[in-house]
Amino acid sequence: MNSQTYHKSMALTGEPPKSLSISQKLAVFLGLSGLGILLLAVFNVNFPNRTLWLTLSLLAITVGIVWFSWDAYSKKIPGIKNDGVWFKSISSRGLWGWVAGLSLTGFYIVLYFYPEYLGLVNDGDNKGVIGLFDPLSKFLSGNPASQWFVYGTLYTVAILAFGIKFLWKYRHNRYERLRTWSVMFFQTAFAFIIPELMARLNGDKILDGGSLPYYDLKNIWPLNYYNFEGYRIKAFLSSGEIGFALLIFGILSIFVITPILTYKYGKRWYCSWVCGCGGLAETAGDSFRQLSDKSTFAWKVERWVVHSVVVFVTLMTTAVIYSYLGTDTSKYWLTKSSFLIGVAVLLTLVFGWAMIFKRNQLQKDAQYGAIGYFVIIIALIGFHFFSGDGQIFLFKSETLRKSYSFLIGSIFSGVIGTGFYPIFGSRVWCRFGCPMAAILGFQQKLFSRFRITTNGGQCISCGNCSVYCEMGIDVRAYAQKGENIVRSSCVGCGICSAVCPRGVLKLENGPLEGRIDSNQVLLGNDVDLMTLVNKK
Amino acid sequence: MEHIVIIGNGIAGVTAARHIRKLSDKKITIVSAESEYFFSRTALMYVYMGHMRFEHTQPYENHFWKKNRIDLVQAYVTKVNTQEKLLHLDGAPDLDYDKLIIATGSKPNKFGWPGQDLDGVQGLYSKQDLELLEDNAPNNKVCKRAVIIGGGLIGIELAEMLRTRDIPVTFLVRENSFWNSVLPSGESEMINEHIHEHHIDLRLGASLKQINPDENGRVKSVTLAETGEEIECDLVGLTTGVTPNIDFLKDSDIELGRGVKVNRFLETNVEHVYAIGDCAEQHEAIGNRRPIEAVWYTGRMMGETLAQTICGNRMEYNPGHWFNSAKFLDIEYQTYGWVFPERKKKENEAHFHWRHSKEKLCITIAFDKDSETVLGINTFGIRLRHEVFDRWLSEKRTIDYVMEHLRDANFDPEFYKSFEPQIVSKYNSNFGKSINPKKKNLKRIFQLN
Repeated sequence: MNSQTYHKSMALTGEPPKSLSISQKLAVFLGLSGLGILLLAVFNVNFPNRTLWLTLSLLAITVGIVWFSWDAYSKKIPGIKNDGVWFKSISSRGLWGWVAGLSLTGFYIVLYFYPEYLGLVNDGDNKGVIGLFDPLSKFLSGNPASQWFVYGTLYTVAILAFGIKFLWKYRHNRYERLRTWSVMFFQTAFAFIIPELMARLNGDKILDGGSLPYYDLKNIWPLNYYNFEGYRIKAFLSSGEIGFALLIFGILSIFVITPILTYKYGKRWYCSWVCGCGGLAETAGDSFRQLSDKSTFAWKVERWVVHSVVVFVTLMTTAVIYSYLGTDTSKYWLTKSSFLIGVAVLLTLVFGWAMIFKRNQLQKDAQYGAIGYFVIIIALIGFHFFSGDGQIFLFKSETLRKSYSFLIGSIFSGVIGTGFYPIFGSRVWCRFGCPMAAILGFQQKLFSRFRITTNGGQCISCGNCSVYCEMGIDVRAYAQKGENIVRSSCVGCGICSAVCPRGVLKLENGPLEGRIDSNQVLLGNDVDLMTLVNKK
Repeated sequence: MEHIVIIGNGIAGVTAARHIRKLSDKKITIVSAESEYFFSRTALMYVYMGHMRFEHTQPYENHFWKKNRIDLVQAYVTKVNTQEKLLHLDGAPDLDYDKLIIATGSKPNKFGWPGQDLDGVQGLYSKQDLELLEDNAPNNKVCKRAVIIGGGLIGIELAEMLRTRDIPVTFLVRENSFWNSVLPSGESEMINEHIHEHHIDLRLGASLKQINPDENGRVKSVTLAETGEEIECDLVGLTTGVTPNIDFLKDSDIELGRGVKVNRFLETNVEHVYAIGDCAEQHEAIGNRRPIEAVWYTGRMMGETLAQTICGNRMEYNPGHWFNSAKFLDIEYQTYGWVFPERKKKENEAHFHWRHSKEKLCITIAFDKDSETVLGINTFGIRLRHEVFDRWLSEKRTIDYVMEHLRDANFDPEFYKSFEPQIVSKYNSNFGKSINPKKKNLKRIFQLN
């Protein structure tokens, strides 16, 4: 019944608006040949001049993407460019979508679990595609490349090239442009170049001869779930004042800087302006944002899964830190017991604050979930006094750490989170898996000036906002009632506001008063009726 | 239990149903022949353009209706028997009701042109029209040229849709400038330019004489009334407005004009029968409004009002300040209050118009010559905050005040360039004033103390 309206056009081949121009086809060919060079390297084709071939490959990929975008957008009048999105196979879960999804997934599996297939050699010279990247890595950090260097380089290239595409696509929208420049900058500088240069300091006097761990400064715990692991703490503490300062910065990031910025601007300051995962989703993932699931069922799954990950990462990190702390207060002020008590006090304060002051803003299942998880964590912390050393929370801390790293750090954030862009949309990880997003979202919902304001009665329920919400928020459900949108998952990408044909939505930071329980303002009727309608 | 039957599952009928459910436990049935579930008519264009799929136009998930105990019947109402309180349906058994709400919307106008019923000639209103368009104009091989008759909101939307599939479009507009029966000339001219920018063959002052068939009874060409020019085409889009969709009521006892005649309580002449939305016609127009308001928002407002009446709180339809919005290709348009075009302007209505020197942005503010009270505003390419402008209209603010506080009313996304200084400086030079625009103030905007 419903299908007729679109299936017919799906049957068309090579017709506008789904067809590619000649330039676009050539651009795709160029980009794919860049990838082809990398693929040949994977199969150990020996390139005589690695620097040259790597440069050629990365240039071909970049130029291919930029050329394609230039042809697609630059000649058109600025405005919303979503023509044919649901007709194109790549962006509507068609054949090309699945091919892309499976290839990406395969790439992540090899990257995380079989780096030797990419040519990683632990003692001796790298081979394959990792070997191809050796010259660049040595140029930056002085060390040979690893699979993570290869990944980091391609990741940065993707954000930069697709960032340029996004800048063209939304060139009429200054919010989108600034945001995109920001993610491009933070990826290139903070995630890619600075850590490599920091590695050059290792062994230097300035670090008292110590070695800093690889540290992307914008990567904050718990997204950076390993930041407080023993080997990193040792490395920080043995690297002079700089190392110590970095450790303090890591702690301040989550406990001080993040809450202040989230209060003022919402979690968007991080998720769609700074974060690397967000950066990739907003640029390379932009073509897939419409694929996120908007059902209330998906929302329910999201709430349970993402908050469970927060609990998991909290337990895991507590266990890991606990495992390397001592018991003797005379040696070091922080001991196993005082640390656990500190964690318990902090969690109790947060839980108490939310349940006492903000309970009416939490859904029933959120309240049950919070109580349940709180009881479990506190009980487990209590267990400590009854269980042996290194055996906190029923499991060994190492077991917890390994399972988190495997299940969440690799499978969820990489294989599913990015590999499945063309199937589930670009923000699967951010929405269902990222504990950082969940913590920022918790604060955004309960204690932040950020909201998306709905413009009185102007909504026509068209649904563009919901379709193009990468986080799967049914924006229209709020907008058509004249309610503001205050959702913990909103990353503030601003696309709902951009695609709205009637100027209904505005992301803004405003007073807390009247932010959440916004009245159904002005749907157009006279005031007396609206008072009646608003009576709950 | 009282049984409320609503004919039509558009925004008016569905809003009424939702609010009746909020307020009561009555049995509610919605009858529609057009579609199984409520969808947003305004979004049909995006389905053809590939921005959305049809199911995305449905604002509620399919389980919503059962959960809220709103029964859906997909059938066509052939006859309304108000004596026995009975509906005859084509496609379902007869249905009896205690209270009946008619919310059947509109159908495209046809003015008796020769050839108006040929294959390949269509309007754009319903889901069926969209499906027909996929047949008539799937691509630019089947449809080598389209001619659109009628320069209104649907006409320009249809032109935009066809252009996304690279179909050449000739756009016949009877007036000498696009939509100048509603827009003042400066704005209308800017839209003319924008239509040309999109490579649409805009013919102003051009109307249709007849549509010519080929040997198979399909459209072959149109002939223009003014010049006699014949334009070959494979699709003719008739977008010369809409008219209430009430033919099925002709034999009933319900009083009809152009639409279903209703009083301010949205009651018809027959007890327990009401009409809302596009198909309702007020006995007397409310303020500057038309007796028939075929607008999304008014349908929704009537639905809200009638739900109160049905649930025992009899209430007049009492709309607040007029507002509306649209999008002309890439240019968003919003209006609050009343801004009339030159030929409909009242004696005391003066205009201030500003247009950006390069970009397609402009505003027009209408105000009273004597009191300088603001009557309304049109903006193109600049978003305004409904709540703030509505408040200014209620408070009867002067144009000086509006100029001074214009930044408070801006609703553009963050970091957008602000044009208030240019606008106010033009206002100052036009009217010999020296207004200084104030900074945006959250306390004023959100009415905090």
